[in-house]
Amino acid sequence: MNEDLRRERDSASFNPELLTHILDGGAERTQRRKEIEALVLNDPDFQHEDLNFLSRSQRYEEAIRKSALMVVKLRKYGIADPDEICWFKRCVHHGRAEPLDLHLGMFLPTLLTQATLEQQDRFFMPAWNLEIIGSYAQTEMGHGTHLRGLETTATYDPATQEFILNSPTVTSIKWWPGGLGKTSNHAIVLAQLYTQGQCKGLHAFIVPIRQLGTHEPLPGITVGDIGPKFGYDEMDNGYLKMDNFRIPRENMLMKYAKIEPDGTYVKPVSDKLTYGTMVFIRSIIVGDSARSLSKACTIAIRYSSVRHQSELKPGDPEPQILDYQTQQYKLFPLLATAYAFHFVGAYIKMTYHRITGDINEGDLSELPELHALTAGLKAFTSWIANAGIEECRMACGGHGYSRCSGLPDIYVTFTPCCTYEGENTVMMLQTARFLIKSYTQVCSGQLVSGMVSYLNDLSGQHIQPQQVAARPTAVHINDPASLVEAYKLRASRFVEVAAKNLQAELNRRKSQEDAWNRTSVDLVRASEAHCHYVVVKLFTTQLSEINDAAVHAVMNNLCLLYALYGISKHTGDFLQAGILTDAQVTQVYQRVKELLAAIRPNAVALVDAFDFHDNCLASVLGRYDGNIYENMFEWAKKSPLNKTEVHEAFHKHLKPKQAKL
Amino acid sequence: MAQWNRSGYFRSSGSRDVNPDLETERQTASFSVERLTAILDGGADNTRTRRAVEAVIHSEPGFSRENQYFQSQNERYEAAVRRSVYLKEKMHQMGWTEDGPEIKYCYRALGGDLAFNVHRVFKNSILALGTDEQIAKWIPLADKYHIIGTYAQTELGHGTFLRGLETTAIFDISTQEFTLNTPKISAMKWWPGDLGRSATHAVVFAQLYIKGKCYGLHAFILQIRSLRDHSPAPGVIVGDIGPKMNFEHIDNGYLMLQNINIPRENMLSRFSQVLPDGTYVKRGSDKINYLTMIMTRVHILWTEVIPTLLKACTIATRYSVVRRQSKLNPGDPEAKILDYQTQQQKLLPLLATAYAFHFMNAYVNEFYNKGYTEIRQENFDSLPELHALTAGIKAIITEYCTAGAEVCLRACGGHGYSALSGLPFLYTKLAASCTYEGENTVLFLQTARFLVKCLAAVHSGQPIPPSATYLSSVDSGKCQARTSADFLKPDIYAEAYRHRATRSVKSTTKLQGLVQSGAEQHEAWNQCTVQLVQAAKAHCHYIVVKNFIDTVEKLRNEAEIQKIVKHLCDLFALHGIFSNTGDFLYAGYISGDQIDMVTASYLDLLAVIRNDAVPLVDAFDFTDESLNSALGSYDGHVYQRLYEWAQKSPTNKQVRTVGYCHGMWRVRALHTHFLLFTMTFSHPGDQKIY
Repeated sequence: MNEDLRRERDSASFNPELLTHILDGGAERTQRRKEIEALVLNDPDFQHEDLNFLSRSQRYEEAIRKSALMVVKLRKYGIADPDEICWFKRCVHHGRAEPLDLHLGMFLPTLLTQATLEQQDRFFMPAWNLEIIGSYAQTEMGHGTHLRGLETTATYDPATQEFILNSPTVTSIKWWPGGLGKTSNHAIVLAQLYTQGQCKGLHAFIVPIRQLGTHEPLPGITVGDIGPKFGYDEMDNGYLKMDNFRIPRENMLMKYAKIEPDGTYVKPVSDKLTYGTMVFIRSIIVGDSARSLSKACTIAIRYSSVRHQSELKPGDPEPQILDYQTQQYKLFPLLATAYAFHFVGAYIKMTYHRITGDINEGDLSELPELHALTAGLKAFTSWIANAGIEECRMACGGHGYSRCSGLPDIYVTFTPCCTYEGENTVMMLQTARFLIKSYTQVCSGQLVSGMVSYLNDLSGQHIQPQQVAARPTAVHINDPASLVEAYKLRASRFVEVAAKNLQAELNRRKSQEDAWNRTSVDLVRASEAHCHYVVVKLFTTQLSEINDAAVHAVMNNLCLLYALYGISKHTGDFLQAGILTDAQVTQVYQRVKELLAAIRPNAVALVDAFDFHDNCLASVLGRYDGNIYENMFEWAKKSPLNKTEVHEAFHKHLKPKQAKL
Repeated sequence: MAQWNRSGYFRSSGSRDVNPDLETERQTASFSVERLTAILDGGADNTRTRRAVEAVIHSEPGFSRENQYFQSQNERYEAAVRRSVYLKEKMHQMGWTEDGPEIKYCYRALGGDLAFNVHRVFKNSILALGTDEQIAKWIPLADKYHIIGTYAQTELGHGTFLRGLETTAIFDISTQEFTLNTPKISAMKWWPGDLGRSATHAVVFAQLYIKGKCYGLHAFILQIRSLRDHSPAPGVIVGDIGPKMNFEHIDNGYLMLQNINIPRENMLSRFSQVLPDGTYVKRGSDKINYLTMIMTRVHILWTEVIPTLLKACTIATRYSVVRRQSKLNPGDPEAKILDYQTQQQKLLPLLATAYAFHFMNAYVNEFYNKGYTEIRQENFDSLPELHALTAGIKAIITEYCTAGAEVCLRACGGHGYSALSGLPFLYTKLAASCTYEGENTVLFLQTARFLVKCLAAVHSGQPIPPSATYLSSVDSGKCQARTSADFLKPDIYAEAYRHRATRSVKSTTKLQGLVQSGAEQHEAWNQCTVQLVQAAKAHCHYIVVKNFIDTVEKLRNEAEIQKIVKHLCDLFALHGIFSNTGDFLYAGYISGDQIDMVTASYLDLLAVIRNDAVPLVDAFDFTDESLNSALGSYDGHVYQRLYEWAQKSPTNKQVRTVGYCHGMWRVRALHTHFLLFTMTFSHPGDQKIY
């Protein structure tokens, strides 16, 4: 092991394993996770060449090979628990998307939740056995987040008892669904249902798109890959165009809404259930934000301990770059953020499981709130993690730009979640809508509960700047609970400002939508402030659940850093609202720097606690043993450009012209 | 893109079958786009020359970059070599010279997708550091491409900190040779462009040793590959450093030297020389070395960095008036996404930033040319300022441009993530700029060091360099604005930025405090670096705002254009205040009520500039070929282009990818198919060109 890293680990003040257990949710779970990872890591079938050196087609092929194997092995080992499947898959695919994601994650579950028993009999077992491979085709070229705008049509023909599917315009071509381009032979297609001359809105249909056996597209179906992307090389995101393509009536998913043979439409009972799926996916994205940022921090912090540069003191050897304050200032707040987001992800997941327990007993009352609030958290965490990963890459200087660092790959894999599953700004506005609704409720004298209960304090509109200005002494910058209060005040203020500005726009007799649009910058700001408060609160709450004193001390510092760094980046909000004074702001800046120095000795142990295996990290700079330079050289030698000593471009283009120029 | 033109969808800016949503945006422009383009180009003559060059380049299928996003690292490298060789021929044929005005337009038209870019740095370093004899020997060979050069400075273990470089050059009096060595793995040269596969020669930086004594870094010319068969010279281990986030067309390389002997004459000796008896002679000042570095920094800003942000803005803005989503008013058709305030807030401040940075061009060049003339006359007085200014400006511009391109990418939703949007390519290109040619944090600290010295000069009554004189002026204490409209007065916001910069720089006096209280200088410095970086940023931000204001004033004879550029200037300044309210609220310079006025003015400006957004990006006048984007083309036929282009993807060349056998899952090998199509597909123009 590299000497620098050994010294860092020896000098840590706490046992990182204990922290790993907290992150995993218990020592037994850590152990089980490691057992599952070992199944993959020790399996020669899952070994392969470094993906950085493969073309997109090769990466796709490799992913398909591994996915198919994975399905076989999961069944062989009898792994069925969702978390365990997740661990296994993450280890196989290094956290990347793969061509069967939509089949396993959307097609099969949708069959289970939205298909009738008869439909499940027809489709589920073949799909389970991968004879049917399905994608989930919702997004169109011209429409994403705004579902009502989707243009694909499914027109019922009672004469033949068939639906006729059409992509009437270029913009209506299904575009982006994963696994659709090359892998799938079926798709669940969302289309506007027309029957008896009326549009009944979006419904889901099972559409065969390729011939079983030959895998050729069926007549009337145009299907293919949408081409290269920023990342997602393994995934065949696809397009699908349908021209008068007929499917039997029985292929509409009819557990809820139905079409009778004569074309009569039967309305669904409840559509709130779809909220559940969305909340679940968002909890995964928040977890992904935490995990991706944790990976990036692991790489950047280990590298910063091994890399030496310049001099702090004339004559001394070059210091580790992690000893520079500016480097600590880049990385430690991100480290704290990674932990914070981890706890947020765990919280949403837990709440989801609690509430879905209620769903089965018929109580959906909490679901709309959770749905509204997780929208903002999805956006908040993914935006920050997205920027944070890039910050980590740049903190590694030039070497971060090489794919051997693993950072470009983490970034391009992560960044689309700012736009998929609901574009982030739209998500923020959804949360804002809930906040405004809650605020209005409070104003009309009703109390609200849950994460927005702080709005109750606003009753009677008594929160005036002057009045808040009386509070500054109340904030103790070394007390996490007091900082939660400060964030709460900031959120209240922004919600109130947005609500009042919205009202002012409405008073100018603007349409609801127009007024909303003209207030949307304020509204997004209110949502962000709210989410920031929730994150600080959840991190603080987590502290009380840590029993080990040494771990608690370290986490307390991280929590303080998270809260104070956030204030230092938004001092204007706290100053303008009179939550903090100039003097306190100066103290906050100072305290942030002290915390950087306090965290410094534990930085490597804190990333070790994330417990990423080298294989999963896939980074030369982030290797556990820190032997970076030798391995960069070994890695580079395998580069495709080095396959021959003299590149053919020399003989083809350069040599013949050289003399003539 | 010649093939595309035939399909009817894909036309260059010249033809006019335009998406009506874009057409209406252009009809309501408040100013003449053509006139603004001429101003941006520095005169209508330049615009004419540029367009003439672009016409030549784009009429040649050999220069097409249509397939770029489908290509592997190997293919992109090969294409760049082919294109570069072809460009040299073309330039020769057209009578364009290496130092003529056309070359930068060629570069622009081709999006910089060329090989041998470091060859120029190789030549420049010989011209700057070489003696007249050395110049006479090497430059003609390089000009004719008989040799291809690279510039090997950065090592695996050392980048920005040059003194830490570990490559050695030991002089042997008996043989009159230098022996170059890579003593350990971290000393391997790593990253130089053109080194991996192309270069035959390198200017190598190494620590010079004579009779056991180290004389510091010097530059040596070294042959690394055979001129006959291009194989590596004996003792040279050289190769490509592997795939990167972008720049796949460039063969960034590694170089390991094992006892390579070169003659005494191969040390570049304009400023220092080793005599045959081993005597080390230093001549004049080698401060001019800095000038090469400064020149490179200035150069990349105008060739690589700023135009890339301009392109990203063009793509995102045009797409945002073609893309429709949700409804703003019931009964209306779905709204253009640029009509959403949140989308305006993402894109329009960036558009203002693009203009702000473009206008910095003239400012920095003037500064640079003045300094260059003086330094050529051995007057180094302005060097510290020139160095500090270009360091900070490079850092702030690359930082903002990189972040800005990423915002553009995400502002295009899912389609921004497609390589065919062009945005991932532009972003990843910019992403390198924050660390190359000086890591940004290090550069900000260099600017800060200069500012701290200026502040000390203020206190001791010594003269202060022009860019920092504001540090000595009297501070007004409070912002004088009374209404939102007051914040549209340049005096008001310039003063606010000046105040912020002064306060930030002055707050670093804590540094002195720490030192006086007994902390060692270096430790005190490190303790204050976060603050010092902030001070440098505030300083640079002020300079950019100030220059924007000056630029607006100079447009007084162009009423319409001055009006819209003034709006952009206001937006740039107010967005900066809106995004950093704490800096202005601190110590009560701006009150809470005034911040609300800033916010109101800022939001109003978004709505105003919205109406000219498309004409403002049109004025950048990028050809479709140089944008190379399905979302950003002039005609706005976004969806058709995306659909047709995607179908050309290699992944669509084989219909079947997976096969089934008795219900068992099997994967079909793809290699044969893949190889077959790359042979027929990747270089459609080859036959014709050669």
